Amino acid sequence: MPLNWVLVLTTFLFCVGVYGVLARRNAVIVLMSIEIMLNAVNLNLIAFNGALEGDRLIGQVFALFVIAIAAAELGVGLAIVLLIYRNSFTVSLDEVNLLKW
Amino acid sequence: MVTTLATAAEHGAEVAASTGAPLEMAWLIPIIPMVSAAVIWGVGKRFPKKGAEIGILAMLAVLAGALVVFFDTIGHIAADEGWHGYERAVTWMNFGPGTTLELGFKVDGLAAVLLVVVGVVATMVHLYASSYMHDEVRVTHFFASLSLFTASMLNLVLANNTIQMLVGWEGMGVCSYLLIGHWWEKHENSSAAIKAFLTTRVGDVGFMLGIFVLFWGAQSFNVGVISEMATAGDIAKGTLTVGAILLFCGAIGKSAQFPLHTWLPDAMAGPTPVSALIHAATMVVAGVYLVARMFPVFAAAAPVALEEVAIIGSITMLIAALLALVQDDLKKVLAYSTISQLGYMIAGLGVHAYTASVFHIWTHAWFKALLFLGAGSVIHAVHSNKMSDMGGLYKKMPVTSITYIIGGLALAGFPPFAGFWSKDELVLGAYTQAMEGSGAAMFTFIAMLVTAFLTALYVARMLALTFFGKPKYDEKHVHPHESPKLMIVPLMILAALAVAGGWVGLPGEMNQFGKWVHLPGSEHEPFNMMIAVVSTGAALAGFGIGWAIFRLGKVKVDLQKTALAPVYKLLVNKYYLDDIYWKFIVRPVRDRLSAAAYWINMKVLDGAVNAAGIVAVKTGDFMYRDVDQGLIDGGVNNLAGLMGLAGSKLKFWQTGNMQRYAAAMFLGVAVLVGAFVFFRI
Repeated sequence: MPLNWVLVLTTFLFCVGVYGVLARRNAVIVLMSIEIMLNAVNLNLIAFNGALEGDRLIGQVFALFVIAIAAAELGVGLAIVLLIYRNSFTVSLDEVNLLKW
Repeated sequence: MVTTLATAAEHGAEVAASTGAPLEMAWLIPIIPMVSAAVIWGVGKRFPKKGAEIGILAMLAVLAGALVVFFDTIGHIAADEGWHGYERAVTWMNFGPGTTLELGFKVDGLAAVLLVVVGVVATMVHLYASSYMHDEVRVTHFFASLSLFTASMLNLVLANNTIQMLVGWEGMGVCSYLLIGHWWEKHENSSAAIKAFLTTRVGDVGFMLGIFVLFWGAQSFNVGVISEMATAGDIAKGTLTVGAILLFCGAIGKSAQFPLHTWLPDAMAGPTPVSALIHAATMVVAGVYLVARMFPVFAAAAPVALEEVAIIGSITMLIAALLALVQDDLKKVLAYSTISQLGYMIAGLGVHAYTASVFHIWTHAWFKALLFLGAGSVIHAVHSNKMSDMGGLYKKMPVTSITYIIGGLALAGFPPFAGFWSKDELVLGAYTQAMEGSGAAMFTFIAMLVTAFLTALYVARMLALTFFGKPKYDEKHVHPHESPKLMIVPLMILAALAVAGGWVGLPGEMNQFGKWVHLPGSEHEPFNMMIAVVSTGAALAGFGIGWAIFRLGKVKVDLQKTALAPVYKLLVNKYYLDDIYWKFIVRPVRDRLSAAAYWINMKVLDGAVNAAGIVAVKTGDFMYRDVDQGLIDGGVNNLAGLMGLAGSKLKFWQTGNMQRYAAAMFLGVAVLVGAFVFFRI
């Protein structure tokens, strides 16, 4: 499987993630979109490892780190969203703009 | 310039060749009272006698030093008739090639004799004053000034150059001002102090100019160098004459010669011990000493300068003796007699009687110190200066009276008292010069004889009115009694000297004084019996007439009712000299010159100062309001305002919307990536 195919796929996945982060209002959807972006990166790491390094699994190890950190990030992120919801009964990012001037 | 250096070197070598150990330390003599003055001013108040004991101790040290130096000096003179003296100096200031100012001293017969005079009189005055001033105000200050006064005179006596003499000279001016004005609470006293200071200052200007003229002529301040060059004829005669006359102006002021003598009687405002010190050993003697010290200059500038000296001295002795006749104040009689006796000395120098003049300083110091201290004792007893409040004190104060009478007889010039020997030599000197055809000396000779007569006359009057006759003081309130021991003992010592002090200058082979103090070219005249008889006869006549009028009442004279009334009025008014000075010098200076100076001060100087002030205020105002407040502070404020404005506008970029921040971030990343890809960096 040529590298380019994987790169096209991961680029598509990343763009989907970016769109989700920038365009959607729902905080949960935004978190999911971030996961998509991270997974696109993971795929990239693995694909490049296969193409450049062969049997040395450097990319895969990096991917595992990313997954672990993503899990932690998601845990914190969902907790914040949950607390915001408890306080203001909304998960819409348009309305959660407390950190402004 | 080169010749000057050579002369100085020769002079120094010649003097240094004949040294003696005690003489090397002679510079300590003026230092001692200088230090004691500083100590008294510093810590004198803490001592039980408020500093008097420090002064007395210092004076005893000075006296001891003076006697050691004196005996060493006469030893040198006895060993070598041509001994020039001992001189030692260090460089004080260097003005350039060949012109140095030295700090040094010179001991020769003249200086040694003066050292003894100053040492003895200052010691006696200190002892006397420690009792006399016992419960007066500012005792500490008094003794400190007294010490400094003595130090200044010793400095003048020992100085080897004219500038150092000037330092001592002016030091005495300051101290006399301090001491005459000791009781400054009374306005007359402070006026007298100012008068003494300013009047002598008139002469001092002449002295200073004289120093400069002689420096111009000799390229040196050194007394020895100037004298040698003057004698050798290395200085132009015109320069010498001008220099000598200017120096003599200083002597006129300091030694109270006509026409600047008016300060001395007023100086009686000071405490009596001060009068004794001023009149006998310091201050007024300084002028005579100056002329004696610089005598080679005067001799080389003869006849003009010397004749001037002789005539001024003669006029002074005559007018002062006449004034002494009409004074009622005991101290003023003595003051005028001092002026008169100083006239003798000055006139003596003017007729080449160099040794005799210095001899007269020597004898005069003893009897005049004695008379002043005696007068102080009398005044102490009757609480008045006026002879019209005295009389009949002989029985109440025997020691004071006897010593005072001895002093009076010495002043009048009766043999064998001290005054006779010196006065006789002076008259003889004038006579010798007159016989050689000098008109000025003839005038001096006659003036001396007349003054001898007048002196005896006022001495008789003074003694008769003070000690004899009926008491004129208020017998109910004033009870005269003998003064304490500390005042009596100095009187007795001085009385002994007033009797025997002249015996060092006995005529003939016995004359030691003529060996101690002599100057080649002004040789000592041998004793002349005729002159001695004439001058003693004049004195006897004067004393006899005075005694007859004032004691015995044989001749009843009321001057105010005879043809002499205008003369009497003239004398009582002191020849109107004070009035003339007041009208033509003091008043114009005060009313015109001072007013003009005041006007210039107020309008011009103050105007300039005010203008400068106004400009400064305006500038400051401008700097504050426009530069500091406007430009600097304004700039800072405006910058801050600008920042605030920018902040208030730009803050809205922070919307709090997460997704906008994220979009900006992605945009930024995209731009960077684009740049990397596009520019291959």
